[in-house]
Amino acid sequence: MNSAKQPRGSTGAGRRRPARPGGPLLWFLGRRLVAAALLCVGITLVAFVLTQLVPGDPAAANLGQRAIGDPEVVAAFRAKYGLDQPVPVQYLTYIGNVLQGNFGLSQQSHRPVAQDLAEYVPATIELALFAIVLSLLVGVALGVVAAVNRDRWPDQVLRVVSLGGVSMPTFWVALVAFYLLFFKFGLLPGGGRLDPGMSPPPYATGFYTLDAALAGQWDVLSSAAGHLVLPSLVLAVYTVGMLMRFTRASVLEILGNDYVRAARAKGLPERVVILRHVLRPAMVAIITVAGVAFGSLLSGAVLVENIFSWPGLGQYAYRSAVNLDLPGIMGVSIVVAAVYILINLLVDLLYGVIDPRIRLT
Amino acid sequence: MGALLEVEDLTVWLATRRGPRMAVDGLSFQVDSGEIFGIAGESGSGKTMTAMALLGLLPHAARTSGRAMFEGRDLLAMRPRQLRDVRGRRIAMVSQDPSTSLHPMLSIETQLTEHMRHHLGLSRSAARGRAVELLDTVRIPDPERALGAHPAQFSGGMRQRIAIAVALACEPRLLLADEPTTALDVTVQAGILRLLHRLRAERDLAVVVITHDLGVMSAVADRICVMYGGRTAEVGPRERVLTRPRHPYTRGLLDALPHPEGGAATLRPIPGSPPSLGEVPAGCPFHPRCGYAVPDCRTGRPAPVLVGPGHAAACPPDPLEGDA
Amino acid sequence: MTRKDSPRAARSPWRQPLALVGAAFIVLWVLVALLAPLLAPQGPLDQLSPKLLEPSAQHLFGTDELGRDVLSRVIYGSRVSLPLAFLLVAFAAVLGCAVGAVAGFFGGWVDGALMRLADLVFAFPGIILAMAVAAALGPQLRNAVLAVVVVSWPSYARLVRGLVLSARNAEYVAASRLLGSSSVRTMLVDLRPNIAGPVLVMAALDVGNAVLLLSGLSFLGLGAQPPTAEWGAMVAAGAANFDRWWVGLFPGLCILTVVLAFNFVGDTLRDALDPRTARAIRG
Repeated sequence: MNSAKQPRGSTGAGRRRPARPGGPLLWFLGRRLVAAALLCVGITLVAFVLTQLVPGDPAAANLGQRAIGDPEVVAAFRAKYGLDQPVPVQYLTYIGNVLQGNFGLSQQSHRPVAQDLAEYVPATIELALFAIVLSLLVGVALGVVAAVNRDRWPDQVLRVVSLGGVSMPTFWVALVAFYLLFFKFGLLPGGGRLDPGMSPPPYATGFYTLDAALAGQWDVLSSAAGHLVLPSLVLAVYTVGMLMRFTRASVLEILGNDYVRAARAKGLPERVVILRHVLRPAMVAIITVAGVAFGSLLSGAVLVENIFSWPGLGQYAYRSAVNLDLPGIMGVSIVVAAVYILINLLVDLLYGVIDPRIRLT
Repeated sequence: MGALLEVEDLTVWLATRRGPRMAVDGLSFQVDSGEIFGIAGESGSGKTMTAMALLGLLPHAARTSGRAMFEGRDLLAMRPRQLRDVRGRRIAMVSQDPSTSLHPMLSIETQLTEHMRHHLGLSRSAARGRAVELLDTVRIPDPERALGAHPAQFSGGMRQRIAIAVALACEPRLLLADEPTTALDVTVQAGILRLLHRLRAERDLAVVVITHDLGVMSAVADRICVMYGGRTAEVGPRERVLTRPRHPYTRGLLDALPHPEGGAATLRPIPGSPPSLGEVPAGCPFHPRCGYAVPDCRTGRPAPVLVGPGHAAACPPDPLEGDA
Repeated sequence: MTRKDSPRAARSPWRQPLALVGAAFIVLWVLVALLAPLLAPQGPLDQLSPKLLEPSAQHLFGTDELGRDVLSRVIYGSRVSLPLAFLLVAFAAVLGCAVGAVAGFFGGWVDGALMRLADLVFAFPGIILAMAVAAALGPQLRNAVLAVVVVSWPSYARLVRGLVLSARNAEYVAASRLLGSSSVRTMLVDLRPNIAGPVLVMAALDVGNAVLLLSGLSFLGLGAQPPTAEWGAMVAAGAANFDRWWVGLFPGLCILTVVLAFNFVGDTLRDALDPRTARAIRG
């Protein structure tokens, strides 16, 4: 869905790149954090303006038919959620509150948005993390196979596979997989994060697998992990296709380098040449795309969480959007922006791990 | 005792969009142990493809014919697996630009030891010990520390020394050096050439130096082969080829060299440009650019003729008679 | 001899089997959309049969929860998704190209502001932004199309900006400026041929994405409203009756074949482009 997004940074990992401006890593990270904060402000601003511009009225969306006819009830609703203030004041108040960890009251769940998010966000992140790891393992492996067999039959077959992956409507894959793997053959657990009747592990991170492991509840751990398999498989269909294509392109580019020929001239087995000399520089481009892929996993989650009864960010975002729940929408926006920023920071840090030139310059 | 490497009638076809094209055409030469053999020629003359063919590193769709006997075995007939045991261990390569041929993301230690451990089965610490010795041999200061560093932390000349250390790691008998000094500053070049000289003497190592630079040739090579259009133009001992060239192309190359005492006036470029792949003219490949060409040159393919002790030129002796 | 001289780069994209298969499917779907009344056994809204019948000779794709013929609805569905996808890609491309051209040509703060805006939209998972827009404007097909346009334009803007920047200083543009052409005229006349190719390739690839996003919004109930025969909404009906596999399977297959067809064509065209431009489009 986000396939048109292109990675930041160069694909030409093998070529000499100009040294990053800013010198030491800390200075570099500092700059990134400032940029990230600005992006966050920008996103809240856009989200805020957007919600103000639209014709929908939150009071109408959240109060019943009868209450909407009662001016007093409407006024009370507006006062409760600060809707009676001028818009810039609303925005500044909101930002001030967010900085104190207060995301406001959700008009749809009547609970603090922060509390809602703490519950829903980890569910989606856990799912997306599972899916991205799966996609990286499968997508990178298949992309390498395609590249080393360039233009021969495995490459042709894998090309169709990867295009197929990015062409599948995720919500339909979810439906088909749910029908086959759960309903028809019962191979995998269906909806929810845990088997029915099982209670969640004590809250530490919100990731059920991690929390269960921390609490030593092994039956909960296995149930939580089992429930992750089907949805993450479904989500990975798209990202595997995406990562395959990028890996292939990136590996092909690296294969043309002198140092690959030099590695072959040393008589190393082809396996070592590919894994050590080719894949490592190729990973620089691949992790950039993996960051983008993570974003598209969040998109996918929005579409499939409903089918798998997964109580995550997607469902929450959907409910907030349909109910014009302003604090909810804003909260989701900020979380998504924050995740995006974190992913990009992580990607930048991984560059340093992979490519010593970045650490050293 | 026979030659260490004996190449006979080596022909290389490369796949192009318009079908296979000959890049090397019936090349023959031999290299003895402890000898430095130079292959000279402009870009596109087929010299790099010759080296790649010997190592089995030609692009996928390339084909070869002929023989290349090395230590009694034909390199061109070997299976990929056998060839891999020769590469890096018996025959090593040093390529043109150390800033692209050394892996930018792997430590010097990894790049120096990985093939030692693979070919010689050395332990990590044994390989490390040898790596230190090797870096010392190629005169890298503080070898212990250099092992933990990455190529970006060294200068161009240092990198090429490291690349040579990598090539020497498994004690090969033959070193293929493809333009080993082209990417380096002139002042650094001399050091690298001296290093090659010393290694040959110390280790009885045979070196094939591939270069377009006759200056480099005159500094290191014992014998020189001048290539043009994928064929041998002239081959012979260094002093004969450089001082009494018999092929008009060799003459042209020498005339194009700047001399310290002469000004720009003495520089004489060869008119025209070398043929590109697949466009080698019939007859003598050099005839369109040759000032001595006669009608026969357009049709007949001149075979190398002996013009002195160990000195052959693929040009009938007449045109240059009295000129040499 | 470089590895770039691969046989694939040399061949015309239209000789490649993938592109041919893709083009054939696109033609097929366009024909289906045009001839829908002739091809469909029933009207898309006719409730003539028992509910949720399994596929049979009578109803090749079965019937849905209201007793409508799934085959007929799938056929009529092409009349919703295809034209809208073309339309919104055209909108997004025109909008994005305009923004990118302006940013690239004028540079300075104009460029900065426009590109930061593009970054903002990029930073957001498309479907969440589209969902917010669609929900805010009201769940209607028209608004869903608008929402997808809102999230799709930045990729064109980036592409065109890059192309304009690299071409702006090219000699022939400078020459035409010296000859007295105005900036706008220069932009339109001289740069268009260099930009049209990459933009068309991106658009071809984007039709697939547009179909996916639009049907995704309809699946969520934010696009086409019942009883419209729209593929995404039909998959949603399938999800509500997930034990009757045929209700959701066939409309989803339609989406898949359309998207795949455009991706086959787009991917092959991209390979035929110059590698640096292709990298900017790769997705």
